[in-house]
This record gives sequence, structure tokens and C-alpha cells, in this order.
Amino acid sequence: MNRAKTLTLTAAMVLLTAAGSAYAGKTLDAIKERGFIKCGVSDGLPGFSYADEKGNYNGIDVDVCRAVAAAVFGDATKVKFTPLTAKERLTALQSGEIDVLSRNTTWTSSRDSAQGLNFTGITYYDGQGFLVNKKLGVKSAKQLDGATVCVQAGTTTELNLSDYFRTNKMKLTPISYDKSDESAKSLEAGRCDVLTSDQSQLYAQRIKLAKPDDYVVLPEVISKEPLGPVVRHGDDEWFDIVKWALFVMVNAEEMGITSKNVEEMKKSANPDIRRLLGVEGDKGKDFGLNNDWMAVVIKQVGNYGEVFDRNVGKGSPLKIERGLNALWTQGGLQYAPPVR
Amino acid sequence: MAEPHIPHPDLPPPVSSVGPIGWLRRNLLSSPLNIVLTLLALYLLTIAIPPLLSWAVLNATWSGDSRDACQASHGACWVFIRVHFDQFMYGFYPEGQRWRVDLSALLLIFSAAPLFIRAVPSLVKLRLSLSILVLYPLIAFLLLSGGRFGLSVVETSRWGGLLLTLVIAGVGMTAALPLGILLALGRRSQLPAIQTLCVTFIEFWRGVPLITVLFMSSVMLPLFLPTGMNFDKLLRALIGVSLFQAAYMAEVVRGGLQAIPKGQFEAAAALGLGFWKMMGLIVLPQALKLVIPGIVNTFIALFKDTSLVLIIGLFDLLNTVHNATTNPAWLGFSTEGYVFAAAVYWLFCFGMSRYSQSLEKRLHTGHKR
Repeated sequence: MNRAKTLTLTAAMVLLTAAGSAYAGKTLDAIKERGFIKCGVSDGLPGFSYADEKGNYNGIDVDVCRAVAAAVFGDATKVKFTPLTAKERLTALQSGEIDVLSRNTTWTSSRDSAQGLNFTGITYYDGQGFLVNKKLGVKSAKQLDGATVCVQAGTTTELNLSDYFRTNKMKLTPISYDKSDESAKSLEAGRCDVLTSDQSQLYAQRIKLAKPDDYVVLPEVISKEPLGPVVRHGDDEWFDIVKWALFVMVNAEEMGITSKNVEEMKKSANPDIRRLLGVEGDKGKDFGLNNDWMAVVIKQVGNYGEVFDRNVGKGSPLKIERGLNALWTQGGLQYAPPVR
Repeated sequence: MAEPHIPHPDLPPPVSSVGPIGWLRRNLLSSPLNIVLTLLALYLLTIAIPPLLSWAVLNATWSGDSRDACQASHGACWVFIRVHFDQFMYGFYPEGQRWRVDLSALLLIFSAAPLFIRAVPSLVKLRLSLSILVLYPLIAFLLLSGGRFGLSVVETSRWGGLLLTLVIAGVGMTAALPLGILLALGRRSQLPAIQTLCVTFIEFWRGVPLITVLFMSSVMLPLFLPTGMNFDKLLRALIGVSLFQAAYMAEVVRGGLQAIPKGQFEAAAALGLGFWKMMGLIVLPQALKLVIPGIVNTFIALFKDTSLVLIIGLFDLLNTVHNATTNPAWLGFSTEGYVFAAAVYWLFCFGMSRYSQSLEKRLHTGHKR
């Protein structure tokens, strides 16, 4: 009786909240009234989102939120960052605690459907890879038969790893670790031959080692981990804005517009560039924003290439290659629909 | 006339039984087993201390302001701590406003100082501690969060580091003790309603892990609240921690109450004291004195348990340290960070333990056995 009552109550509450968020709509109006965007980021992931010694947030995921703020307010600083753990991130978004989640979250079918969320795009094409000591002389993951592998516990990483070894009929001894620091130390101490994690994180792990140059990231990627910003179901206008804030940055890189030359580019004769920067037409207004919001995003945050280099690429200590994240014109996957 | 007998003065004890040599013989070399253990301990110390010393002191880097300064040496990189020190203390509290944190800390130290001076009469102490208990949280909250008297608002999400650890521990302790005493009294009450209520409360909160409580408060609660209505994450954690610790405190205090002989209750009743006077004047002063070790034990556990808030994304000391280790400019110095955090936790816990010992000695009036 009591149990049944509690269950009904809980169900009713869940339904009520679900109904509440479905009809909340107009996230944009609420944000404009509030004066800042509430953005969920990670509680510390090198290159993606972390707070520096001054307490300022940095990283690719952080810059995506700044771009959205620049689009809405014309001011990239009007964001309030909420650091979230992996477990609370989706609830925080569902409950309306944040407007957009930009926290290295992998786009999967269940998150996109059953959990009531929408992924707006892909900021970073990641995938699980391997970090090995050069001493082993291994050139490909296919040569890892019988290897002892350090894995992060409790993530899909373990599953992907055993799947990969099974499909390739190789023997595997996994050692699980809870913290990334421990697994890096184990690799260094020789307790395992290989360290596996998302490739973007392997570069961060490599820096932690005493002699980073002795280790190499193998070329194989054994899983698809497309990371992107997420919004709630039920507000398509807001979904469009977050989606296009990223597309604008990718388009800008393709057209050669950077935060430095955006003013000169406004004088360009190229109609694509003129439309993107709001010099010609009124494509910006279609979003319910200022006509030149795309130019503001590029000016204040930069194009995709700048954001990438600054946070994880050549301009950062991580020095990750563009790889899959290069533009489609340069052999990568980053492609954005045209502004027209 | 016989010479008065003047006894020969006592000979000093043999050199081998006093002084450092005597101490050594008595404590370290008294039996073959003891000798073996001493040698073993010496051996362990000789293999443990030199590498530790060379890592932490001799080869350590103390100066510089980037990770490049530390690349050359194999020792600890204390530069990492120095650069992040303010962050470890204040979290993301705005730099220009940090005087408010300092001020509220100083305020507490100076207002509470008379409590630790023995010459101050106990009635004054009682009044002072009660007013601190009531007024200080209000003043500190106003100072820290601002929004009045021209102070800018600092949201609790920006509080962090040691500040947040102390806020959670402080609020937890000050809420848990009175609540725990009430619960303990309620559990021994003759009134079935009150007794059932208290027993249910205590058993419920003792039956769930703190991590679950925190998790529920941060992950489940928002789902049950209407959209847009969020109350502060820190407040949720504070309530969770306080209720949780109150349940433990209640059982500690109940242990003390059990130890008071029935005669004390009867004597108090015979004097015509009512329930609250009996408890306040006769029973509790004796009971609480008995369970000081238990209370302090709970406080120390609470202080360390505050680090669990990292799973709900609050930046206490430990999580602030962890965050600093994810800064790409400072990757690879997690050992230094965690050693520092451990040292800070140890300092506070050791301080509490020493204070409780001196308190026990001072209050050790009866029950000497």
C-alpha cells in the first residue's frame, strides 16, 4: 500500500516535470530576460573544459558556450558555467538547471531519443585509442596480442576494448583504474604495456609521463565518440541557435575568416562571406537575433580552427593533430551547411 | 656522645638505566623480540626516508611560475602548489572580494577566542557561545554571499577550496550536535509518537551512505521540482550532510545518556526539576563529557566526509586540487596536489583531536578510576 502510494506519487511527479519542460518552450526568451546563458561543462577535462589558476574556464566545450552567448547577447562573456559530473550532467539539463550542456558528451541514439535530449552537432570527433611505449616496437593495435592494458573503470571504454580484442582474436589482460592519474602512473611503472582511453585524453595522459616522447599514440581508433553540445527537447528555436553557433565557426574556417580579419572580410565581394557576416541579406534575423550575430561569434570566439588550435591543437600543450576534425576540404569530417 | 648517624646520600642510578641510554634499553632493546622489531623499524626507515626526503625537499623545485621550471628535476614541483595556492584556499571566489572570506575567518577567530581562555567566567562563555552560534552564521553568510550593504553578490557556485570545506564542515558540526542531542533525547522518550519519529529518522539516515544522500539531493531532487525552480546546490548538500551527521551524533549522545545511573535522574526529579532542567543541569553535562571522544570522532569523520561533495560537482579543497591537475599547462603534478590536500586535512583533524584531548583533561572531574 505504502509502496504503491510512493510509486504513484513519484510517477506523477515525473510526469508533471516532463509536462512542465515540454511546455516551457521559449528558452531564448527566458535567457534574454535573465541576461546570461547557463552552460554545463565538465568538472575538469584537459583541453575541453577546466578552470585555470585564475579561475577562468577554458577549453573547446567552454568556447562553444561562449559562441552561443556571443550569438544571443553579442557578448561572449555572458555565460555562467556549471561544472557537472558525468552522472549529473543529463539530469541538470533535463531539469532546466542549465540551458545547454557542452561537456564532452558522446552522441548516442538513446541519449538523442529516450532521454529527451537533442545533440546540436559535433564539436569533436573522438574515438578510443591506445598509448604505448615506443620500446615495444608496436606499430599497430593489431600487434597487441597478449598485452596487459590499463583501462578506466566504469566507462564504455572497457566494453569497447574487450570487443576489439575479441573480434581480432587476440588475448587481453585488462587492469582497471578509477582515476586517469593512476593509469598513467601504471603505464610509466610498466604495470601495463598499453593505456587505452579516448584519443583526446591519451594526449593529456602522455604529458603526465616523465618522458612523454618515449610514448606514442597508435593510429587505430576502435570506437566512435562524437562529442557535441546538447539541449532539451521542446524548444526548436533554441536548438537552432546552438546548432548554428557551431556551424558558423566551421563555415568561417572554411571561408578563411578569423577573429583577426573579420572586419576586413566584411568588405569581401564573395556573396557567401557577405551573407555569413550579415553584410548582405538578413539571414541572421531568421534566428530571432541581430543580423550580424555570426560576425560577432567569429570576432569574439574565433573560427573552429582557432578554437581547436588554442585549446587542444598546436597552440596548446596537448598538441593534438586535426585528424578527423580537419575540415572536409582537408580530408577531415568537419562540414557545415551553407548560410543561404 | 655518639656521632649522629648521617646516612650516606643515595647513589645515582647506574648510567645504563637513566637518560637516553636507559630509555633506549627500556623501550627499544628490552627483549630479543624487541631488538628484532627495532632493527626492522630502523631498516624500514632507512629505505623510506631518503627517497622521500630527496623527492619532497632536496630535489624539489620551489621557484618559478610555470611547469617548465619543474621539468629539469625529478623531485616534487611545489611551484604547482604555490601558483594554485589562492585557488586551493578560496576556490573561484572573485579575487577582488577575497578580503570578505579573510574577514569572516578573522571575525570567527577573534569572537571565539575568549572561549578558549580559562580566566573568562563560564557564564560569559555560555552567553558568548550562544550568540556566536546564532549571530555568526548570519554575519558570515551576509559577508560571503553579499547582495546587501553594497557588497556584490558572490554565488555559492563560486565558493570553493578550503573555504567550502570549512563551510560544509562548520555548518554540519553546528547543526548536527544540537539536532543529535534532541534526537537522542527523543529516542529515549516515553512518548511513543516522539520515540517512533526519532527512531525512524535515525535509522533511515544511518542506513543510507552519505554518497547516496548527496547524489539524491543533486540528481534526483531537481527532477521532482518544477522546471526553473532550483534551489542552491550547496544548500542541498548542507542539509544532506547535517541530517546525516545528526543521526550519527544522536547515537553517540545516546551512548552517554545510557551511562548515567538511574539515581541521577531520580535525584533530579526528587529536587523537583522538570524534564528540560533535569536534562540541561544534571544529565547532559555529565553525559556529554563522557562522550567527548565519540563526538570528536564524528566531527573528524564529518570533516573528511566533506570531500565527498566532489561527486556532485562542488569544488571543495579536494575537487579544487583535482581541477588544477586537469589544467593542460600543469598536467602531471597530481601527486604534489594530493599530498598538499592530505597535509591540510591532517592539520585540521589533528588540531581537533588535540583540542578534544585537552578538553577531556580539563573536564575530568569525577569518574576517576
